[in-house]
Amino acid sequence: MKFPTTLKLLSAGIAAAGLLGAAHAADVKFGFAAPLTGPQSHYGEDMQNGLTLALEEANKKGIKVDGEPAKFVLVSRDDQADPRVGVQVAQQLVDEDVVGILGHFNSGTTIPASRVYHEAGLPQIAMATSPEYTRQGYETTFRMMTSDTQQGAAVGKFMVEKLKARKIAIIDDRTAYGQGLADEVEKAVKAAGGQVVRREYTTDKANDFTSILTNIKGSEPDAIFYGGLDAQSGPMKRQIKTLGIKAPLVSGEMTRSDTFIKLAGDAADGTYASLAGVPLDKMAAGKDFEQRYQARFKKAPGVYAPYAYDGAWNMITAIEQAGSAKPEKYLPALAKLNRKGATSEHISYDANGDLKEISVTIYEVKNGKWEMVETMVSQAN
Amino acid sequence: MRAAPRASFPADTAPMDIFIQQLINGVTLGSVYALVALGYTMVYGIIGLINFAHGDVVMIGAMAATTIAISLVGGDPSASAFLVLGAGLLVSVPLCMAVGWTAERIAYRPLRRAPRLAALITAIGVSIILQNLAMMGWGRNYLNFPQVLSPRVFEFFGARMSTLQIAIVVIAALIMGALLLVVHKTRLGTAMRATAQNREVAGLMGVNINTVISAAFLIGSALAAVAGMMVATYYGVSQYTMGFLLGLKAFTAAVLGGIGNLVGAMAGGLLLGVIESLGAGYIGDLTGGFLGSHYQDVFAFFVLVLVLIFRPSGLLGERVGDRA
Repeated sequence: MKFPTTLKLLSAGIAAAGLLGAAHAADVKFGFAAPLTGPQSHYGEDMQNGLTLALEEANKKGIKVDGEPAKFVLVSRDDQADPRVGVQVAQQLVDEDVVGILGHFNSGTTIPASRVYHEAGLPQIAMATSPEYTRQGYETTFRMMTSDTQQGAAVGKFMVEKLKARKIAIIDDRTAYGQGLADEVEKAVKAAGGQVVRREYTTDKANDFTSILTNIKGSEPDAIFYGGLDAQSGPMKRQIKTLGIKAPLVSGEMTRSDTFIKLAGDAADGTYASLAGVPLDKMAAGKDFEQRYQARFKKAPGVYAPYAYDGAWNMITAIEQAGSAKPEKYLPALAKLNRKGATSEHISYDANGDLKEISVTIYEVKNGKWEMVETMVSQAN
Repeated sequence: MRAAPRASFPADTAPMDIFIQQLINGVTLGSVYALVALGYTMVYGIIGLINFAHGDVVMIGAMAATTIAISLVGGDPSASAFLVLGAGLLVSVPLCMAVGWTAERIAYRPLRRAPRLAALITAIGVSIILQNLAMMGWGRNYLNFPQVLSPRVFEFFGARMSTLQIAIVVIAALIMGALLLVVHKTRLGTAMRATAQNREVAGLMGVNINTVISAAFLIGSALAAVAGMMVATYYGVSQYTMGFLLGLKAFTAAVLGGIGNLVGAMAGGLLLGVIESLGAGYIGDLTGGFLGSHYQDVFAFFVLVLVLIFRPSGLLGERVGDRA
């Protein structure tokens, strides 16, 4: 087949432009997406500030990529916490020729977007805590935060060691989240020397738990763990009270909500729940990070800023170690990463891309409000 | 990895009080099923239609009552419980009756002479419409019923029952008794029974068929509103999808008791509640941990399958002359 001459010229021109672009590749572009407008925009801003701080510090250090000092640039997009918008901005970021993704914030946007990034071969480090994110079989997915399921390990330990519960009953809603969490709790309880006296099940649509709670009452547990959503744990806590069960209810991130307190009503007090992350003063270099953040942004960092900061540094460190910003070159370095960060002494990923170190804060309902009671940092096994 | 240790659970320590407690749990749940099942069975008895939208009428009742309660209580938890519940009923009962009547008038009456399948599919359509309307009006989130009642709890034989549970069982029993009186002792009830036996002949004898059918829908929907209110106050949560599973369970109860039979619906409802409760309670131990309590629904439907195989017309289904 014969090409018209103009088309040949045109394609030659495009190829030349591409070469030119590659020649002064000092800019290393990272894609970032999170809710930057709307009711969750303060989370997005918190995350963006943490990333910005990391990139600015890296630029001052003059890290070399392909033999030249690199300039790290953040390409920000607003995903409005909307899965559909999330996929659109993911495609835009891929088209912008970014070399890695630092986002998204919500699990709901991260999971569909991760497919776009995976197809483009881009490593992604996200704030998402949903277990499914790293269970899609993609080698490109990594986390900034402890996953929902990993919290189970800390919660199980907390029940046995801090609540002094020897006999523990476990309920889950048979969803990937609830079951995964409950399984981790069961493992941790046994590892800590506790006993699982009863394992019961419900669904994420149920609202009557009296039968399973009656069974649980018969096994006289010291604590009851529920892996599931607040729409179930709220009514469940009420029924626990009606049945006269004294053992406290302990649950995961989904229960640590204001909805739970509303649904449980006057039975809410004394419920424990976990949340990913620990406050700054419990972090490896949290105070130091706080000062630098304060100096740069004139305000205190939120919960997510230090984790975003470490996520950005993880990607930068992997690029530095690989000596290249090409995704296929630095991805192996990212998977094998082991560095000291602001949030932790040892940041490293397991085979799925989940953080090996688990950091969790436990809250308790006191007088109708969630209050912090305990922070826990441990290694996943 | 998990199956092995479960078999080693200690045998239940105090079986008797647990058994009584499971019965109480089951009867409370069953009373609600029975109220909803009555709506299915009345409509089926008279026009032979399985009104799949009935569960969603219960949902409308629960959501309306919750909305009224939220707006009355506001930030003031000291609001009178009777005022809140009374106002909830005052709004949700007429609203549900209006919904039920409208559905019959618009969707089912034009299809009265059409094949049964057409009416059945229409009923599913009405169910979807009601769910979507509720989703548009109330949103996707759970509504929570403000805690105006602080129920006292009675303890007997080691089992516990709250005043709220007692109220649910007693009110359900009273309503069912009243319904039996209406069906058997009033002119309307006689007309309903006549229509159930033979619509054409009853019409020729001077019974206004349209009025009777509308009355069945109105009464059934009023019962649904009460059941919705019970669910909303007892569990504290309602959401636009709640009617589906509740409707399915109540329909099962109606079939279990013999659809078209009022006493059968009541017995079926109570029985289903108790079966579910005991099933969830003992299935794990009975199967040595092979099946867990998440098979509670399967257990209930399994019993239904058995009944349908050995008594296809339901437990009380043979008393056709008593259909209402």
